[in-house]
Amino acid sequence: MQKIESPEESRKALNKIVSDLTRSILLKDELTRFWFFILIMFAGVGLWGWTLQTRNGLGVTGMSDYVSWGLYIANFVFFVAVSLVGLLISSVLQLLKISWAKPVSRAAEHIAIAAVALAGIIIVMDMGRPDRLINVFLHGRFASPILWDLTVVSTYLAISVLLFYIPLIPDLALMAERMGPELPQWKRKLYKVLALGWHGNDKQFKTAYHALRVLMILIIPVGLSIHTVTSWLFAATLRPGWDSTIFGPYFVVGAFVAGCSALIILMYVYRLRYGLKDYYTDMHFDRMGKLLVLVSLVYLYFNINEFFVPVYKMKLAEGVHLKTLFSGGYAFMFWFAQIVGLLLPILLIQLKFFRKPLPLSLISVVILLSAWFKRFLIVIPTMEHPFLPIQNVPDSFHHYKPTSTEIMIMLFSFFAALLIISILAKLFPVIAIWEVAEEQGIDKKYLSEKSKSQ
Amino acid sequence: MEKKTRRNFMKTLGASVGAAGVLGGGSLLSSCNRVEEVAGDKITLLTSSGELVVVDRSQLKPAELPSLTENQKRGRKGLPGRSWVMVIDLSKCRNARECMKACQSHHQLRPEQHHINVLQMQDSEDTAPYFMPKPCLHCDNPPCTKVCPVNATFKREDGIVLIDNERCIGCRFCVAACPYSARVFNWNEPRNAEKYEGVTYNIEANVPQKKGTITKCLFSADRLREGQLPSCVSACPNGVYWFGDKNEDAVTNGTTKETVSFSKLVKDGAAYTLMKELGTRPRVYYLPPKGQVASPIEGDHS
Repeated sequence: MQKIESPEESRKALNKIVSDLTRSILLKDELTRFWFFILIMFAGVGLWGWTLQTRNGLGVTGMSDYVSWGLYIANFVFFVAVSLVGLLISSVLQLLKISWAKPVSRAAEHIAIAAVALAGIIIVMDMGRPDRLINVFLHGRFASPILWDLTVVSTYLAISVLLFYIPLIPDLALMAERMGPELPQWKRKLYKVLALGWHGNDKQFKTAYHALRVLMILIIPVGLSIHTVTSWLFAATLRPGWDSTIFGPYFVVGAFVAGCSALIILMYVYRLRYGLKDYYTDMHFDRMGKLLVLVSLVYLYFNINEFFVPVYKMKLAEGVHLKTLFSGGYAFMFWFAQIVGLLLPILLIQLKFFRKPLPLSLISVVILLSAWFKRFLIVIPTMEHPFLPIQNVPDSFHHYKPTSTEIMIMLFSFFAALLIISILAKLFPVIAIWEVAEEQGIDKKYLSEKSKSQ
Repeated sequence: MEKKTRRNFMKTLGASVGAAGVLGGGSLLSSCNRVEEVAGDKITLLTSSGELVVVDRSQLKPAELPSLTENQKRGRKGLPGRSWVMVIDLSKCRNARECMKACQSHHQLRPEQHHINVLQMQDSEDTAPYFMPKPCLHCDNPPCTKVCPVNATFKREDGIVLIDNERCIGCRFCVAACPYSARVFNWNEPRNAEKYEGVTYNIEANVPQKKGTITKCLFSADRLREGQLPSCVSACPNGVYWFGDKNEDAVTNGTTKETVSFSKLVKDGAAYTLMKELGTRPRVYYLPPKGQVASPIEGDHS
């Protein structure tokens, strides 16, 4: 890219970037209001479902003594999986100095924060006695994977918030300075406070870069742990279908697939809604597509290992489990996830056409849906087939069927996650203004100038 | 927390005579209702089992009712020097299900909740089906206690795996971890919850049950403390169960009350443990179902 040299050009270019990237914040139309109304309504209905559940007990769900983990835990695993895209995009790719990933990283953090926050909330919703959550701190046993999970989920959330916030600081100062009277007063005040007295001098930038680098390195072990430990919730048991040694990496790679597809969808929505064609270009989708193929191929490799090896042996209990997946009641979900959600995308996305924004986003929707199916298939079928026969219990104990309350609470988690993403997108620019300016060769000194046009 | 005066205790007892057997101090005096006073040193009392007895007044002591914390403390420790084992003779089981009934009434369980469940098993197409009572196996390498995040389920010195439902957070990780499906959850309000209201929690019987917490077989630890056999063992009409102390190398049959050497019984009977390949090291031994043929279960709900 041509370096912009002259001050006038720099200022002009910066003005354009600022006006482009703050459009999302100033946008006020019916659609925005409608969207927030829908989100809040559904999230509210779900919360009401949870109050019903806390009052009447988990008996309002379709879970039983055999399938004692259901939609909530499947959703928990799904959210943890999706959140891992934050680690991949805003840490690994940045550390590798892959420059196209820069404008994408804030959107990745949106997903990471929303997903991991909801993962934490949904696990509380699954508890029989959420009122005793404090016991985990009073009587916590470090031998239990749940304690490890709690530790890493909260650490990951904290680091993700910092990874979102620190690169935001220069933007906050810049917006408080430069944006015109169309910016509501409370937002300007909020930006000023959150900017923590940022002036944009070299020393401050140096500190910020340093902090970011530390966080980017820190988040790698934490991020890998969060999903590995989540997989251990299952792999630490003796049950067929869970008793597997590759669950850790298998979950991590599956998470990258789910997270990349979620990010592509979000990029497409931002691009369309906020007119960001010049920032999320076709090139970005092309690269994301290639990344998606890469992680999907690794995921395919793990899937082959996870299913082919036990199928070859057909141990008794394992065999029963695999039969339900391959040809039993879960065959549709299973093959959909494997073929439509994994194999076909790998083949299609290798064609240039399918890496264009719209086709890639549509494929990503299918992948994300399959990713959810996959989490359901990891949690539920195993529990329907314990070692000993299920006898002397009501028929409903044999098969898991989620109830409406459960689905309500599940919808809450989805809409609450979308709500967090939407609020972040409405409150702050979805792409780092100063990073784009830096990328275009605009000197940092112009960032802290007051806009001349106003 | 729920320290009770004797008077209150009596009131609660009166309201739940059916539950009286499960209450903390099961000794004669503690479970008596005073009906009539006689002049002099004697007093007539009604026991929880409905008998009238005459007791010397000087023998009357306030009921020894441990407070919740004491109860939990001693419940966590277990009975010193003991090492409980159970031997289930599958050749004797006729699916009478008296064990299940006794267990459910002792531990305040709903009809679909089983601390002990008599399963109809068949190992291969060529072999005969048989009935297999399945309590908690009280493994010496218990997968369930390992995963508990709050130490609400734990292994005692005497071998029993117990639950503290005052602490359980209801995450159900232990249910997922148990390969024997021995654990059940209180998805709804427990059976007869209103009758047990205000009763001090007895960790060794896991009664009163609490909504949103786990329960499972405890070898009737409360009865063991009083020198009685577990409910299921005593209730069996067919002599299926042997129960006793491995340290004493003695097990007693719940039906015949015969006591034999534990080691001899399991050696001579070619006893085995369930799914030993999992490495859980159960404390419940099975004698093979030789000669037992299961007829189709009557009134089977499965």
